[in-house]
Amino acid sequence: MSNQGVDKSKRQFLTSALTVVGAVGTGYLAVPFLSQMQPSVKAMAAGAPVEVDISKMESGQMLRVAWRGKPVWILNRTPEVLETLKTLENELRDPLSNESLQPVTSRNSVRSIKPEIFVAVGLCTHLGCSPTFRPEIAPSDLGDKWKGGFFCPCHGSWFDLAGRVYQGVPAPTNLEIPPYRYITDTQLIVGEPTEETTA
Amino acid sequence: MKPSRLTLCGNWVLDRFPLTKLWNDHMAQYYAPKNFNFWYFFGSLALLVLVNQFITGILLTMNYKPDAKLAFDSVEYIMRDVNWGWLVRYMHSTGASAFFIVVYLHMFRGMLYGSFKHPRELIWIFGMFLFVALMAEAFMGYLLPWGQMSYWGAQVIISLFSAIPVIGDELSLWIRGDYVVSDATLNRFFAFHVISVPLVLVLLVFLHIVALHEVGSNNPDGIDLKKVKHTGRRQSDDSLSATNIDIKDERGIYLDSIPFHPYYTVKDIVGVMVFLFFFATVIFYMPEMGGYFLEHANFIPADPMKTPEHIAPVWYFTPFYSVLRAIPDKFAGVIGMGGAIVVLFLLPWLDRSKVRSIRYRGGIYKKALLMFVISFIALGYLGTQPVTPTYTMMARIFTAIYFGFFLLMPIYTRWEKTKPLPAHITHETSLEERIPAFLEAFDEMTEKRPITTSSGTVILSRRPNTKGIFKVITRLAKKLKESLD
Repeated sequence: MSNQGVDKSKRQFLTSALTVVGAVGTGYLAVPFLSQMQPSVKAMAAGAPVEVDISKMESGQMLRVAWRGKPVWILNRTPEVLETLKTLENELRDPLSNESLQPVTSRNSVRSIKPEIFVAVGLCTHLGCSPTFRPEIAPSDLGDKWKGGFFCPCHGSWFDLAGRVYQGVPAPTNLEIPPYRYITDTQLIVGEPTEETTA
Repeated sequence: MKPSRLTLCGNWVLDRFPLTKLWNDHMAQYYAPKNFNFWYFFGSLALLVLVNQFITGILLTMNYKPDAKLAFDSVEYIMRDVNWGWLVRYMHSTGASAFFIVVYLHMFRGMLYGSFKHPRELIWIFGMFLFVALMAEAFMGYLLPWGQMSYWGAQVIISLFSAIPVIGDELSLWIRGDYVVSDATLNRFFAFHVISVPLVLVLLVFLHIVALHEVGSNNPDGIDLKKVKHTGRRQSDDSLSATNIDIKDERGIYLDSIPFHPYYTVKDIVGVMVFLFFFATVIFYMPEMGGYFLEHANFIPADPMKTPEHIAPVWYFTPFYSVLRAIPDKFAGVIGMGGAIVVLFLLPWLDRSKVRSIRYRGGIYKKALLMFVISFIALGYLGTQPVTPTYTMMARIFTAIYFGFFLLMPIYTRWEKTKPLPAHITHETSLEERIPAFLEAFDEMTEKRPITTSSGTVILSRRPNTKGIFKVITRLAKKLKESLD
């Protein structure tokens, strides 16, 4: 046993060095552990485009298809609906879709390639519920201001039949429009962008 | 006499493990104030429910399949084909709701008697972490049956994280493990529900109790107890107060206090019996509790294409859910919802009153607490209802009251005119002692009238007495008003 005093600086150095090495090691280990919870390769690969035949759709009818596990709506809008859409702009938060998600081809006032055929991801931009399709005008439960649209039962967000969000509701943006294109006049494919948008 | 083999075995253990010391420190010589009342049942009841959830949960995992294709059917299999499966599942599902009833009452006790105040702030903080962990546990457990409500509830709650600026979308993707709630989500929620969160809960319960036993229990009078010399045998209260020396001796015990065991263990058994009576009634006669404990829409398998017409979380989340719905902005709504929980953490520092118990606090705190309770229950009710303009307006008003209670607290608790504190713990009127008064009121509200039955015998029949009822009610209302001053 030596009588010399303890060299605390060496101990301090060893403690600090061990702490740093340990922290770096933990940091490295955190990468695989955390990214293990990211979507797997299989989950990312899923999501093939969906073909939809719209030849049998009547005016005012709506189809639901699944794309990437999400509901996608295809709505055949009547001329009256398209007329109503023009009158709503003052009540909407983003009537021109400047802050909303859609392919360039759908960035117009009716938010579609063909005015009558409306395609949208059927999930509310608020917290992801699927809004209900309520085409009727002024039903008793929604009141006189309702001009037909999509109503989110979860938190009461209002969207018109172009998926545009009303003011004063929780949803921040318009419904998302997925990439889609027409193969023929009556067949469209959801999940594949048009040539113009990819170019 | 030679010691028996059993004693020798016992000594062998005691030489190596401080079992006696632990038992004494936390049970037989843990001194708690002698005036615990009804409100003090809920801590031990929460522990009971936790044990219930562990045992039934382990049994459920033996037959449950955490797979999006199999989950719903495996729950039905448990309900129909597994021996006593229905009982185990109903004990677990009812236990979840019972847990929140008990915990909410336990938290309310803290607010009544100021149990969160100095020096018990850390007990409250650990308790709040327990509450948050419990909410996470309940939420993840609710996804497992993979019904419609499970699915869309999870969709909404996970989407809450996407409201956080910049990292929100990535974060919610990371939580789900997929672009929508899917098999990956179900599988990981199962892992969290049965392994991670229960471990956290147990650890927090341990910390909660260690912190409590360090500073000692509060009491309905909210006053500090004096420490007196521990003589090794129980003395009458008078002789204890005669000594009245404030010593910091480790072996000192508190004046006006009794050992937790056997006094409070026996008292808690009474509470457990009453609790189990209600618990069993729900399990056997109303396991769905009219759609509040198990929601009707959850008996339909999850359908990612269609949200049910009316979705609402289980009742214990509805107050916070109402706050979320009341605020017409995505990010602000999420902040409001989170804030409604965060303010509870801050309670020990928001309350500036010098007095702990509501018995000696000023009328302003009593009224504020009453308003808070009303708004909490009202928000809870509104959260179960569909959105209408009137309800939204009401939810906004109650949200304002909810936050007003907490955020204005530093101001109004300072003005508070408190009443003088008693030197010793006051007498706690027992239920038994209240019986004569109840009987008297009953006599006043009814009048006896002789009635001749068809067989000719005369019996005394009690009929309600309108005047008497009115009198009793006005007296009660007056008393209530006085107690709020």
